[in-house]
Amino acid sequence: MKLLTTSAVALVLSASTALAMSHANCAAEKTLTEGTLTIATGNPAYYPWVMNDAPESGEGFEAAVAYAIAGKMGFDADAVTWVRTSFDEAIQPGPKNFDFNMQQYSITPERDEMVDFSLPYYTSAMAVLTTQSVVEAGATATIESLKGLKWGAVATTTALPILNNVIQPESDALLYNDNADVNAAIMAGQIDAALYDLPTALYLSAVVVDGGALLGQFPADQSQTPDQFGLLMENGNPLKECVDAAISELTESGELAAIEAQWLAEATGVPVVE
Amino acid sequence: MSDTAQQTGLAGASPAKPTRREIYEASVRRRSNRIALFSTLSVIVAIVLLIPLAPGWEAVQRSFFNGRVFAATFPGLAEAFLLNVMIFAWSAPLIALTGLAIALCRDARAPALFPLRMFGVAYTDIFRGLPVVLVIYIVGFGIPGLGLPRPWNSPYIWGTLALVLVYSAYVAEVIRSGIDSIHQSQRSAAASLGLSDGDTMRFVVLPQAIRNVVPANMNLFIALQKDVALLSFIGPVEIFRQAGVYKSLYANFTPYVGAALIFLALTVPATRYADYLMNKQNKQRS
Repeated sequence: MKLLTTSAVALVLSASTALAMSHANCAAEKTLTEGTLTIATGNPAYYPWVMNDAPESGEGFEAAVAYAIAGKMGFDADAVTWVRTSFDEAIQPGPKNFDFNMQQYSITPERDEMVDFSLPYYTSAMAVLTTQSVVEAGATATIESLKGLKWGAVATTTALPILNNVIQPESDALLYNDNADVNAAIMAGQIDAALYDLPTALYLSAVVVDGGALLGQFPADQSQTPDQFGLLMENGNPLKECVDAAISELTESGELAAIEAQWLAEATGVPVVE
Repeated sequence: MSDTAQQTGLAGASPAKPTRREIYEASVRRRSNRIALFSTLSVIVAIVLLIPLAPGWEAVQRSFFNGRVFAATFPGLAEAFLLNVMIFAWSAPLIALTGLAIALCRDARAPALFPLRMFGVAYTDIFRGLPVVLVIYIVGFGIPGLGLPRPWNSPYIWGTLALVLVYSAYVAEVIRSGIDSIHQSQRSAAASLGLSDGDTMRFVVLPQAIRNVVPANMNLFIALQKDVALLSFIGPVEIFRQAGVYKSLYANFTPYVGAALIFLALTVPATRYADYLMNKQNKQRS
């Protein structure tokens, strides 16, 4: 009889612990290193996604979201380690050195066939970065006016399909490796304008590009295929359901919106392209 | 070559009957052929059978040899390759001319022309020592950044200049080695015939020198064909950049394989031709 009571108590106890630990258990034995969550970001990681290229600080939109997701999955801030990868490393076949990779990856059906994406954590507007001199020369926030500009973009982003489908410029866009090269081309006058996600464009126009200006934006809610950012994971990664559960919880509780309000500037001042 | 000819001459007395030595040599040849065939086949079989056995083969196949992605991207790649060919076509003659000019600078022998000689040395030293990408960045972004108006700030113009600067330094060195290979006696003979220094160079030295270095220059132009892709760093969407765009769209490396095939279709025949020229030259010399 005594034996029965003890085992019954033990059973109840273990059941309640299991309930409390359900989130943590979701990720159990699914991460690269048991008990740690390895998150990858870019090298360097750009403002305003990660402040000062230091994701460990949790400052910057993506860094903050990463720690919020980790928290929901049952990982303390101490249990999060960061690694750096390029886009190519993230999509290479074979074992990955991260549990998930977070650097403004746009979710597209083509990419989804090769890698797994989490639910989106941000939906970005696209914005036109240009310079004061181009604005003074008469460029306006209309598709008609944008068509006539000489365009540039970062080759590895989804800006290019949007550029070709929505704006359809008269001359072919020039493409570059990264933001720095696009900025160099803008400052050298080789291109008039470049298409970026809005937070990046806001930062570049304000801080990086001399005489930079934001000509207009394409709001996400007016786009048929809005640019949604997701966490990138290895195809078939079992961690996906845990990450998705964490993201939907953050979305429903409004925490995600709060993080967005904290780190990403309001863009109401930027005119909408007509 | 001449040995065999002599042998056949000796054996010519009884042409129907091969000598014992010939029979032996033929059997050795057949045996080597059999061994070569067997070893080649076993290597191919090993590759074809063993690589797919690797645990990650399916993932690699999906990422690098994806038929669907290949079919979707190949036409776009071929179209982008036209830009490579165009850039190559207008760069190559400029490089040849500049390279020749620099080589002549280095060979200037009159004391008054010493500054020219120094310029030639400095030019080849600097541009052979710099990575091509760096020159492309500095010239391609830097010079237009000085405030040139369009279309004079085009990345095509300045990117081409960067290629010309780097490759003409290599070509100049090759041509100079050709000029050096012409014996001093040729110049002396030309002088004794009353040719001026300029005429000696033009009618005596250069025709021989350039013929000697054609194969070496072919190799440089094959390398140039590949380095044209580096111009993509400053904007032009040539085949390498187009492959990168597709890679990013499909999260798949197959477009690079497609681009590699297109490159090979051009560079392999060119390499074979350079080898053929080189062999021909070696035979003529020996």
